[in-house]
Amino acid sequence: MTPLLQVKGVTKRYGARLGCGDVSFDLWPGEVMGIVGESGSGKSTLLSCLAGHLAPDEGQVIFDTRAEGPQDVLTMSEPARRMLGRTDWAFVHQNPRDGLRMGVSAGANVGERLMAVGARHYGQIREQAVDWLGRVEIAPDRVDDRPRAFSGGMQQRLQIARNLVTGPRLVFMDEPTGGLDVSVQARLLDLLRGLVREMGLSAIIVTHDLAVVRLLADRLMVMKGGRVVETGLTDQVLDDPQHGYTQLLVSSVLQV
Amino acid sequence: MTETAYNFAYLDEQTKRMIRRAILKGVAIPGYQVPFASREMPMPYGWGTGGVQVTAACLTPADTLKVIDQGADDTTNAVSIRKFFQRTAQVAVTEHTAEASVIQTRHRIPEAPLTEGQILVYQVPIPEPLRFLEPRETETRKMHALEEYGLMHVKLYEDIAHNGEISTAYAYPVKVEGRYVMDPSPIPKFDNPRLESAAIQLFGAGREQRIYAIPPYTQVVSLDFEDYPFEASKADHPCDLCGCGTSYLDEVIVDDDGGRMFVCSDTDFCATRRAEGHRGRLAGEDLAEELA
Repeated sequence: MTPLLQVKGVTKRYGARLGCGDVSFDLWPGEVMGIVGESGSGKSTLLSCLAGHLAPDEGQVIFDTRAEGPQDVLTMSEPARRMLGRTDWAFVHQNPRDGLRMGVSAGANVGERLMAVGARHYGQIREQAVDWLGRVEIAPDRVDDRPRAFSGGMQQRLQIARNLVTGPRLVFMDEPTGGLDVSVQARLLDLLRGLVREMGLSAIIVTHDLAVVRLLADRLMVMKGGRVVETGLTDQVLDDPQHGYTQLLVSSVLQV
Repeated sequence: MTETAYNFAYLDEQTKRMIRRAILKGVAIPGYQVPFASREMPMPYGWGTGGVQVTAACLTPADTLKVIDQGADDTTNAVSIRKFFQRTAQVAVTEHTAEASVIQTRHRIPEAPLTEGQILVYQVPIPEPLRFLEPRETETRKMHALEEYGLMHVKLYEDIAHNGEISTAYAYPVKVEGRYVMDPSPIPKFDNPRLESAAIQLFGAGREQRIYAIPPYTQVVSLDFEDYPFEASKADHPCDLCGCGTSYLDEVIVDDDGGRMFVCSDTDFCATRRAEGHRGRLAGEDLAEELA
């Protein structure tokens, strides 16, 4: 079996400052990888490099494409990379406003990716949109409402529906539960966990919330100052942290 | 200043050369928006500065010019542009579509079929069909380059979702020669099928500094959904003056009592038909009395 994503020595510098340095890992099909660390530790930079939003200074990101097998997405042509971005990849932004088209209805938001890959039958597009709204627990009668009229949690669920409608194989998530209150977070996590298992998705989740990775991630990578300081199975890293920073991170979670 | 102080057709030769280059590029790549260095013209933006520059670059002393605004030869915009070129280029002008070699138009395609050798110049307010869906010009250019046109259907989807049908009635997006999605300027969608024409069609957007073109006999397809096909619609009436049942109509309110009439928006087409003896519901003596 080939890994879905192989990351080799990805480095990104902002001038003299290090964004993320020499990050390498393999992501296997169906695996969920968590990246945790404090603000400014380089986890979002890393995610942007992997998703092709930022060009890293060094390194390779090799994705196992459906048609042509493993390909380096960084040297891939832009049309091919953007095509990946609409089909096999999905990117869930922390702020749903970045990932949604706020001026058009929820149905059009979900349908956009379908139309982008060539769907031209209104009835079928709408049917799929309604189906996906149901799967993320949005009432079907909201299909023609604009995302502005939705609560924060609904917007985030809509963003997830919009991303998963084309059946991607790899999902990048940047703080998917940030900015939501605890009960909404819990529901969203529940939903995400269900979808990830049901669709057999691979995912890379960036977060500073250890509860999120505990629930979702199989494996964990801890970053500090742009470097990976510890990797391992999630439970292993959280229950028996080896690196000083990881110990600090785990012990600073409030217990109620 | 005397009239002779102007160069032929107002613009200087270098400018016309620059515009002609943009036009040639546009003709070579049908539907592609070619940037050009739009000049300040002696009229406000929105009055056809783009169309006027394209017309100026196309005119020769032997040309016969026709200018229409919403199909009419006698509205302010049409009259002033026609006068402008009469003064600065001393070209012959006409109101008859068949006699014109260059036709500048705002928001209509003439009803009479155009022939080879004619040039139709459109005034374009916003050349970018994706503008209201994706405000970033850098992004829309990339979308054109990579042929990512899914977003255009999002607009049509929204139309159907909110109105039960594709309610876009003008500036209806088209795909040119299977490649570029293009805004045909705010012509009614009734005119869309006639974008496939024997004449050269040039589009000038002065404020947005873009020129694009449809060469003769180029394939132009209006975008639609499989289950909601494109429909060229018009008011369901015959013309009240000439009785024509197939032309595009303007609705005219005639009193404050709910009275209205429908007349051909193409004044030349309507007048020609009436000269041939066709009569509509309100034509002839009745109308003359009413107006008197």
